[in-house]
Amino acid sequence: MTTFLRDTATVLTREARPSLREPVGLLFEMGQPLLFLFLFGSLLDGAIGSSWQWFVPGILVMMCLSGPMAAGYTLLVELIGGSMERLMVTPVNRTAMLVGRTMKEMAVLLCQSVLIIGLAVPLGFRLHLPGVLAGLALLVLFGVGLGALSFVLAFRSAPSGTLFYIVTQTLLFPLLLLSGVLLPMDSGPGWLRVVGQLNPVSYVVDAERALFAGRLTDPSVLYGTAAAALVAAVGLVLGNRAMRRGV
Amino acid sequence: MIHARGLTRVFTMKKNDPVEAVRGLDLDVAAGQLVAFLGPNGAGKSTTLRMLTTLLPPTSGTAVVAGHDVRREPAKVRGRICYVGQRSSAGDNFLVRDELVTQGRCYGLPPREAGRRADELLDLLELRPMARRKPGTLSGGQRRRLDIALGLVHRPVLLFLDEPSTGLDPRSRAEIWSHILRLREAYGTTLFLTTHYLEEADSMAERVVIVNGGRVIADGTADRLKTDLAGDHITITTRTEPEAAACAALAGGAAGAEVTTQGTTVRVRVADAPAALPDLLRALEGAGIKATSAETTRPTLDDVFLTLTGRSLTDDDVPS
Ligand SMILES: Nc1ncnc2c1ncn2[C@@H]1O[C@H](COP(=O)(O)OP(=O)(O)OP(=O)(O)O)[C@@H](O)[C@H]1O
Ligand SMILES: [Mg+2]
Repeated sequence: MTTFLRDTATVLTREARPSLREPVGLLFEMGQPLLFLFLFGSLLDGAIGSSWQWFVPGILVMMCLSGPMAAGYTLLVELIGGSMERLMVTPVNRTAMLVGRTMKEMAVLLCQSVLIIGLAVPLGFRLHLPGVLAGLALLVLFGVGLGALSFVLAFRSAPSGTLFYIVTQTLLFPLLLLSGVLLPMDSGPGWLRVVGQLNPVSYVVDAERALFAGRLTDPSVLYGTAAAALVAAVGLVLGNRAMRRGV
Repeated sequence: MIHARGLTRVFTMKKNDPVEAVRGLDLDVAAGQLVAFLGPNGAGKSTTLRMLTTLLPPTSGTAVVAGHDVRREPAKVRGRICYVGQRSSAGDNFLVRDELVTQGRCYGLPPREAGRRADELLDLLELRPMARRKPGTLSGGQRRRLDIALGLVHRPVLLFLDEPSTGLDPRSRAEIWSHILRLREAYGTTLFLTTHYLEEADSMAERVVIVNGGRVIADGTADRLKTDLAGDHITITTRTEPEAAACAALAGGAAGAEVTTQGTTVRVRVADAPAALPDLLRALEGAGIKATSAETTRPTLDDVFLTLTGRSLTDDDVPS
């Protein structure tokens, strides 16, 4: 157990250092969500009851999709470059490799989320603290699963990497658009709502909206948590197996 | 230190088209040896190394490395060995010194110890000025030195190096070698390395293992292989072709000699060329043949390879 913790710390420290050295990079990664927040948020202001309350959780889920999904990219680069091979020959615990990397991605996600919330408050976003905390926890749960799945994809894609780009590029936008992150799905045609119901992201978005509005006992919270937990469980099991099997 | 039996690895990329990268490899390496693993591109060198370092599970066969079975106790093997791969070992996103510290931590060194070790290696491999740079900004030779530094962090009992000196200029190659030999001197590390530079294997390694098509085709000291498999040569040039033919007939009379004639040049393969040359010259003189030049050559490892496979190792094309 102590070696597991030590190894997790080793991996986490390694991964976190570049971000700590150049924290501005995290801001650049947030360019798109920030743009969406200000553009759509302002456009929608007034169109929907309280647009910020509706829109901020959506933006957070959007970041939760793009960030962890791209997490596999850094792994892929290391798989292609050879440094992953070097790490795989060291006695570092394989699960620690997964956990350490995931923890770093989650730390980034949390920082970015707090920043978005902080920027939205002056614009009129009302803060329900317990709801926000629960919402962030749900976000991390979902992110853990997505990040781990992205690692699995990176292993499968090496050494060419093509598969990784194809899958992330074709998945990201449909998952986003068909979840009601940016626009409400309720007003869409029937088939669109059916597709939305098959999309696990929809449940997470609904749960986030309920939580950020302070409705902690809303049924959607239960569904959203279940969806996120399922993704997390599948992701961790597959991710752990991929790490064990190695390059 | 290494005991491999029937080690085999088959890659199946497409169905019905398996690539047998390594086929039934048997290998024993004693502690402290410096073994050069030679073979043309695609011979299965890297695949063998990757199996011995627990990176790749063998399709069949067993390997005990540093006292533990690579399949049953990979973690125990990993703790005692180190591997410098054919590709670059350092992550491009990280600083040179950070990667060295991480590597120490990966082998369980406490933080302070890992830092001290990183500084020691930066000095040893003359990487101090690059400590705070990213590996991507280093020259090829500096990068390779960094790879080797990463391999030395925890003073392994067994170090695998996959083409440590490929692509380096002669000076960097000599430097890399001096580091490798110094390490061996200081810690008695067992070294198992692949290289394409035959002269390197010839002059540095105590033992040369040649692989081709996934199989070991020769194994021994460089001298042994050369004497047994290629032999010395005497090259005699005469004035005319009929004289060359007569010379060839004379030389062919001696036991165990293999003769080839090309124009006015006769090549004779003998066990010990310097000792055989005076006799041959005397015999020629007796027969009234004048040799315009005479020369003896020791074979190179490439000659060994040519004898074994009918192909020179220095031709870099791989048969399909
Ligand atoms: N991951 C892989 N998938 C499929 N085939 C592979 C894989 N790795 C190696 N091979 C094949 O196995 C054979 C042996 O490759 P290997 O890399 O071991 O050769 P090598 O002796 O190291 O060559 P080089 O001198 O070029 O480095 C080659 O035919 C190669 O194409
Ligand atoms: Mg190779």
